[in-house]
Amino acid sequence: MAASSTGLRYPSNKKTIYDRNINRTKTSELSRAAFAYLFVEMITYAQRRVTGIADLEKRLNTQGYPLGLRLLDLLLARTASSATTSPANLRPTRILPLLQFIHTTLWRHLFGRPADALERSAANAAEYMISDNDPLVNGYVSVPKEISQLNCAAFVAGVIEGVCEGAGFATDGVSAHWAEGAGGGEDMWPGKTIFLIRFREEVMEREEILGRAG
Amino acid sequence: MRREWEGEKLPRVVFTLLIVSKAGGLIYNREFHAGLSKQDTNELLIIAGTFHGVHAISQKLCPVPPAQPPPSNIPTMPVRPSGIEVMESANFRLQCFQTVTGTKFLLFTEPQQPNIDGIMRRIYELYCDFAMKNPFYTVEMPIRCEKFDRGLDGFVKATR
Repeated sequence: MAASSTGLRYPSNKKTIYDRNINRTKTSELSRAAFAYLFVEMITYAQRRVTGIADLEKRLNTQGYPLGLRLLDLLLARTASSATTSPANLRPTRILPLLQFIHTTLWRHLFGRPADALERSAANAAEYMISDNDPLVNGYVSVPKEISQLNCAAFVAGVIEGVCEGAGFATDGVSAHWAEGAGGGEDMWPGKTIFLIRFREEVMEREEILGRAG
Repeated sequence: MRREWEGEKLPRVVFTLLIVSKAGGLIYNREFHAGLSKQDTNELLIIAGTFHGVHAISQKLCPVPPAQPPPSNIPTMPVRPSGIEVMESANFRLQCFQTVTGTKFLLFTEPQQPNIDGIMRRIYELYCDFAMKNPFYTVEMPIRCEKFDRGLDGFVKATR
């Protein structure tokens, strides 16, 4: 009876997850190998009964989405309590602070370093791109030739989508793409991945109104 | 002695790596440097299968299991028979490393190649990283992983 009631919710030392310090960041490093094996199982699971590459990426995206929603809250709570409360620590309400948050805070929390670039698409003003030269999730993944289009960082794209939508920025999806034909970069970083964020029209409208208000 | 003097000039070469599954099938082969005579896929499969059989026999030869088990209060580690570990000829050396699960790594090198244990350990690490942690690799099936190939090439060429 006692053994069955212990676990994450009721640990044996009577300290539940709510009793722990929210800012345990120093000792919270996780095993990379353990993540790699877990990610293998996640992809194997997502691969069941899929109809194609797009479907598989969609499933990976769906797996990452709830993680993004939770991470947004957690990371905001952490920054707000560690520094004195200033407007910068509140939920981002403009596009640029949101993207900065993803590029720096989220990336640093997940991968231990900021992302490598943050750009706005030249073709479409509602599209933004975050690039990572060597995504951690793809570290051990070799995609077979017949499905070389697949990028397993679609999982991370799902996390980004969760953060954006959790912060009130509706998107038309976030997707992960291999950086092909970008010129020069791909030899040095064969795994370079670009996360394409497409914001909805209403988000862009709101952004414009907020911009005019100053 | 003379050969040691010329150590710098001696060719120290890793020729070929074969990986044999626990069922005796060849699941990976890669040639790093020419030197061994060319073998086609069929012959490589035969080499792998034959070695697997001989290795299994050598594992059975020794140690002889104890007639009666030692007193149970002394914890004894069971001696795991290793089977063939090295085969050597005048022109090449074949090092065999068997993992706990029975996968065998066969490395053909020059007889003078130093630090084969280190090379083997690193190859095993690469196998663990880029084959076992690859979602698209099925255990016991032929290994076709681009990053594994690249990692091996990068490592073996650097050791030279």
